[in-house]
Amino acid sequence: MTAASIHDGAADGRAGDRPARLRRGRPAGRLSLGSGLGLGVGMLWFSLLVLIPLTAVVVKAQSGGWSGYWHTITNAQTWAAIKLTVIQSLLVTLLNVVMGTLIAWVLVRDHFVGKRALEVLIDIPFALPTIVAGLVLLSLYGPRSPIGVNIANTEKAVFLALAFVTVPFVVRTVQPVLEQLDLDAEEAAASLGASRFTVFRRVVLPSLAPAIGAGAALSFARAISEYGSLVLLSGNLALRTEVTSVRILTYIENGNTAAAAAVASTLLLIALIVIVLVDVIQRRVARRD
Amino acid sequence: MTDLLLDDAGFDDDDLRAAFGAADLDEAEPAMPARSRRHTSRAVRLTFRFVAVAYLFLLVAWPVSLVAKNTFANGFDSLRTALADPLVTSALRLTVYVAIIAVVINLVFGVGMSLILVRRRFPGRRALSALLDLPLSVSPVVVGLAMVLVYNRRDGWLGTTLEDHGFRVLFANPGIIMATVFVSLPLVIRELVPVLEELGTDQEQAARSLGASSLQTFCKITLPSIKWAVVYGVVLSLARSLGEFGAVKIVAGNIAGKTQTATLLVEQTYQDFQQDTAYAVSFILAFVAVACIVVVSLLRPKGHS
Repeated sequence: MTAASIHDGAADGRAGDRPARLRRGRPAGRLSLGSGLGLGVGMLWFSLLVLIPLTAVVVKAQSGGWSGYWHTITNAQTWAAIKLTVIQSLLVTLLNVVMGTLIAWVLVRDHFVGKRALEVLIDIPFALPTIVAGLVLLSLYGPRSPIGVNIANTEKAVFLALAFVTVPFVVRTVQPVLEQLDLDAEEAAASLGASRFTVFRRVVLPSLAPAIGAGAALSFARAISEYGSLVLLSGNLALRTEVTSVRILTYIENGNTAAAAAVASTLLLIALIVIVLVDVIQRRVARRD
Repeated sequence: MTDLLLDDAGFDDDDLRAAFGAADLDEAEPAMPARSRRHTSRAVRLTFRFVAVAYLFLLVAWPVSLVAKNTFANGFDSLRTALADPLVTSALRLTVYVAIIAVVINLVFGVGMSLILVRRRFPGRRALSALLDLPLSVSPVVVGLAMVLVYNRRDGWLGTTLEDHGFRVLFANPGIIMATVFVSLPLVIRELVPVLEELGTDQEQAARSLGASSLQTFCKITLPSIKWAVVYGVVLSLARSLGEFGAVKIVAGNIAGKTQTATLLVEQTYQDFQQDTAYAVSFILAFVAVACIVVVSLLRPKGHS
């Protein structure tokens, strides 16, 4: 084992913030007795932990039939929560598409002292406990704010919390693609008289689009499912700042698991659509390579 | 003028300067379109740099630093008071205990699954790979609900049987551990799969053909090449496990001193107006999370272009 190949392998793992995707066409073996057994045990654990419980949510959601499901979803408070969550998540995703791409560009193309600190800052929202994230934002943008900005218990607080927890996604999907992007094409376009903006729009953007899309999907999925960072910050006011996750929790605490499951399965459905979308986009990127 | 350019624009100008000489470059400057382009580029680059730094400062750096400031407003007093509270220490102990077990489970599962996914071909492989990412997109609250539906002892799919055999999942440590494992499940796999794919199987096959056993091949050939990816996966899982809140809140029951983890304690103390304790525990959690990220960032190889 040479040091170089360790290095190469690890460098490739740098892109680990996007979902692990399998490549095709590598020589690989069929299942042997040992690996088959391993797969079996792994699948059993994965089923007990993830697949059966998530299935239970979907089944429970159906327990009241379609009319029960529809009744829950269209409940005024629930519907307001879903609407708030989806709208704020879309806005945050839009913000991330712009800011994430910009930050990725700065990290790849710019060089300045303290760039590594910026790299660390981007990953902090991923690792910071969500309840701490809420407390952290509350201390700068809440009632005790040292700069006099108090947005606690408003829609803006929801937006802020979602923006905080979704910082890494677009940056981390766009960054590796931007690193591998050929500078020659940009220089050729520029030398042929294209303006900076035209070069970006016609040359850079098309290559980045799949990565931006994948990052946007991930940050949308994260945003619609966020809970912890909102608990302290948004006040959870019914019809105003209550998000879908809080709504589900209220149903659980009231013992109405069927209604909780109905709302939860709606969230699951949206998450699943997003994952399929990401997979399709990433296959397209792979084909481009 | 020239000095400024040299400072900011890097080797391009150095090369030009070497080729033309500094004086020529200055004279030629206004007439060359390429020059003006580089000017805009520098303005754009500085603007972008400023916007990126300002955004991350206002959104991440400043708020996070305030937790440290609030915690140490009275020196070490609030930290010392908090750590003297038995509820705080028992919550921290439970969190560390759960996180370590969750990381070990995810490590074994993650390494095994990654090896099988990359090295073996079987029907449903792509679907399994996509499903393994699912826990990252599922709301923690939904994770908690799913656990409750299957493992509650009244009408849970498996909970009633387990309860009959005297094994309680919900409102006890197994439930907390399972919820924590659930939310950090894909992290090791996501780090390992790309590295294993890059690695290929040539060296493993060579080792096997020279008579090494499966175990020897794994320990001597595979493990040394993937060890850093394993370390990143473990550190990220650890950070995530220490900080899980929503899912744990539902399955743990939040019994102070028994099933209350550190994150649950932060919520409760903050809402009970014990803000000093909330900040002190938050500081400890944030400190560990930031330390994890810094460790990963230092371990990762630097130039990846």
